[in-house]
Amino acid sequence: MLILSSLLLFILTTHSEALTPAAARDEFQEELVIRPLHSGDIYASFQFRTLWDTDFLQEGQKVSHYRLFPKSLGQVLSKFSVRELHISFTQGFWRTMQWGQPFIPSPPGAELWVWFHDTVSDVDGNWKELTNVLSGIFCASLNFIDLTNTVQPSASFKPLGLGNATDHRFLRYATLPREIVCTENLTPWKKLLPCGSKAGLAVLMKSEKLFHSSFHSQAVHIRPICQDEQCSSKAWELRQTLNVVFDLHTSGQGKKEWSLFKMFSRTLTEACPLASSSKVYVDITDNPELFELSPATPLLGQAVVLGDRRTYSVYDLSRAETFGQLRSFNLLLRDMLRPLLHAERYVAGFGLQTGEIHTVIYNNHPYRAFPVLLMDSVPWYLQLYIHTLTVTSKSRDNKPSYIHYQPAKDRHRPHLLEMLIQLPPHSMTEVTVQFERALLKWTEYTPDPNHGFYVGSSVVSALVPSMVAMRTNFTQDQPLFSSFVPVKEESSYFVRVYTEPLLVNLPTPDFSMPYNVICLTCTVVAVGYGSFYNLLTRTFQVDEPSPPLSKRLANLIRRMRGVPLLT
Amino acid sequence: MAAPLTLLLIVAVTIRAVLFRSSWAELISERVEVVSPLNAWKRVVEGLALLDLGVSPYSGDVFHEVSLSLIHFLFKSILGSDGITAVALYLSIQTYNKNVFRKQKYALESDRYPADCLELLRSPKEMFYIPLKVAMFYLLNPFTILSCVAKSTCGLNNAIIALFILCTLKGSALLSGILLALATYQSIYPLTLFAPALLFFLQRLYIPVNLRRSSFWFFTLQYAFIYVGSLVVITGLSFFLLGSWDFIPSVYGFIFSVPDLTPNIGLFWYFFAEMFEHFRLFFICVFQINVFFYTIPLSIKLKEHPVFLIFMQIAIISIFKSYPTVGDVALYMAFLPAWSHLYRFLRNIFLVSCVLLACSALFPVLWHLWIYAGSANSNFYYAITLLFNFGQILLVSDYFYAYLRREHHLTHGLYLKKKDGTEATLVLK
Repeated sequence: MLILSSLLLFILTTHSEALTPAAARDEFQEELVIRPLHSGDIYASFQFRTLWDTDFLQEGQKVSHYRLFPKSLGQVLSKFSVRELHISFTQGFWRTMQWGQPFIPSPPGAELWVWFHDTVSDVDGNWKELTNVLSGIFCASLNFIDLTNTVQPSASFKPLGLGNATDHRFLRYATLPREIVCTENLTPWKKLLPCGSKAGLAVLMKSEKLFHSSFHSQAVHIRPICQDEQCSSKAWELRQTLNVVFDLHTSGQGKKEWSLFKMFSRTLTEACPLASSSKVYVDITDNPELFELSPATPLLGQAVVLGDRRTYSVYDLSRAETFGQLRSFNLLLRDMLRPLLHAERYVAGFGLQTGEIHTVIYNNHPYRAFPVLLMDSVPWYLQLYIHTLTVTSKSRDNKPSYIHYQPAKDRHRPHLLEMLIQLPPHSMTEVTVQFERALLKWTEYTPDPNHGFYVGSSVVSALVPSMVAMRTNFTQDQPLFSSFVPVKEESSYFVRVYTEPLLVNLPTPDFSMPYNVICLTCTVVAVGYGSFYNLLTRTFQVDEPSPPLSKRLANLIRRMRGVPLLT
Repeated sequence: MAAPLTLLLIVAVTIRAVLFRSSWAELISERVEVVSPLNAWKRVVEGLALLDLGVSPYSGDVFHEVSLSLIHFLFKSILGSDGITAVALYLSIQTYNKNVFRKQKYALESDRYPADCLELLRSPKEMFYIPLKVAMFYLLNPFTILSCVAKSTCGLNNAIIALFILCTLKGSALLSGILLALATYQSIYPLTLFAPALLFFLQRLYIPVNLRRSSFWFFTLQYAFIYVGSLVVITGLSFFLLGSWDFIPSVYGFIFSVPDLTPNIGLFWYFFAEMFEHFRLFFICVFQINVFFYTIPLSIKLKEHPVFLIFMQIAIISIFKSYPTVGDVALYMAFLPAWSHLYRFLRNIFLVSCVLLACSALFPVLWHLWIYAGSANSNFYYAITLLFNFGQILLVSDYFYAYLRREHHLTHGLYLKKKDGTEATLVLK
């Protein structure tokens, strides 16, 4: 019985293979191009291409076996006899003057242009139904596309793929500039990909980061292309592109340091298994002075794009060594401008009672350590506690070799703290000290007391080792900018770095209350005084009720008469 | 009675040790109700750190303790100071009770009490547990526990005052003078305790308090000499310790001129934060005189009762001093069981206890709302300060009233009648 059923199954499968024609070959490629822009922003362009040797428009043959090509789009193509479909959803406007030319241009809002096959009789009807179906596929309100905003351009939008018919009656073009792109549009777009958003480059496409950008554009381009030079066989090409520009200040926090994690809050762990090639390109034409790339890659590529020959570093994700030890690939682009000495300062803590001043000093020299003098002048109303002073470098204690501390005297002089700290090479040193905030007299507050009080900058003075030997003798023809600080040694130069000033809030009394406070406090003191006065100056006596008024008057008259009084 | 006292000490030390090891210790030592700029442990550590750096601790405005304490702190066992205070209070109240009972016996024998006030007399049975209750009131008072866990030097001050009371009650004038000088040296206000100590010694030595008698002046001058002499010696020693007189403006000048307006449970801080500059000196003088000038009238009124006078003085110091903390409040509250026989004459005790409990609970709440949450402002905390001090004043004056009334009844009889024979009410006239 079992042998019979398995034999039957075997026959059926081989028979089915023989029945259907040879399965169409399809191929999937994915790539990501990262281009740092001159304004500090960064441009990332994803392209996912599925190539399929099949013909949707062949009469009498229904394509039923979809593998990498999404079924919804395939059915749309065959139902509406579409020859080329280009749809894009864009948020933001591409600023050509600042960013150059994009790889795939698109207008803000939604744009849809379609070339129909010349066998179509009612193009407008097909167009109407097509827009409605696409509206459902992409969760966008493309149903607003109707005859009032559709045009048939005669010359601007020639077919990008194969096509010898140039009758513009079969072309339809419409834009919806008001269309907003959001996660609801990204999700169905991602679902069209063979690996979805589970593997490969598409894991980077998380909406919370993608929509927090200056420019975001996702598009689908479908067209028939030639497979080879002679065009002996045709194939359908589906390209899904996503262009995004991350702003230096919004996403980059003002620092020209970009990484995959910073841009997309994800790293790459594997290539899409269904992809025949999965690559990341980084445009390094303007390098090496602009930024450094890590991890380093030996692969280089060159391409002519938009009339310019550009050089790219290539990372091949199909090779396991790209992902390194940690099995995660995070590309880092770091700005090359690295000053040797840099300092920052901030206030930590919460509430209006205590706080901590943190001063962070960076030594960016790769191998030399040098000492710095840190001077802090803190106003008297922030009471510093010098026993809480800690200096740590590379998470180890670093005791300063010289400390000069002059504590503050209330309303006379501020705190002065000077320290000589040895900075280890290529490290960050953190100096922390705790303080307490004082309550001042109400006349000592500024007119806007809740703005806070300013603490002046710390001063970091150092002799920084120089890469270039300098002349110590004075010459007349030196330009002014190089002769400000006298050069005493050949191998190091004097540098003074100022940190940020701090703004700290102090607890405030209620400024409308002086009279009330004086009254109330004096009342309480008077209550004490009054009770004690009573108890000290009076004695206990039996309470005799006083006689009524008539009796008192009668007694008065009797006294005058000299007669004995009433009791 | 040694066993219950030892048990009490063990329990108290355990509570303090448990709190000390927990994360609450850090929180408590930051609370403004428990520590003030005068007695915070953080400032002592800062003073020692400054000394390590080669800077005089008094050159800044952070350290306001006296120099001898600098050495003492290195060896001081903070948990021990509370124990010393409790044992000293225990022994002094024991001695005091014996004195009281002896005097009562003599008065009874010489028929000085009216017939109907026998129920006001105190019996040894009732007085047996009072010393233990006093020690318990001090050790298990939450204020004391908080003050000890915060390592405030107030505990040390309390210990010196308690030892001073013990030596006074035991009759040793020399030790009492030296200890009082030490207490005055640390914070000036115990100066007012000179008068009750003097009155006690005069009473003990049967010297009548008469300004025309030479014996009075003889003893007064002796005691004053001991006191002032030890004060001068201690001050001189601290001069030699750090080699300068810097500590005098830094400690005593600080206490008197109140430059630091950190909020605390007293009346000074907000008053002087909102003071017009023109009147500042005037009001400083008024507030400081307020602490000292109750001494003479109280001494005149209570010259037969020096121990109650000590209680009153300590209470007045704790309420009206420039930087009070809850540790100061705990010291005079420890005496309250000694006056438990006055309960029937207290008029406001329920109100006072409710006020004090409510205020103690509201202090941290309103502080948090002002400083951390930002939803209240300084007026809220100030209001609770006012209420707390008002409650304390009411408590002290209530006990004073009850004490005076009991004395009146002991001389005039308990059930008083008016001229027409109906029951009378007593008023202060």
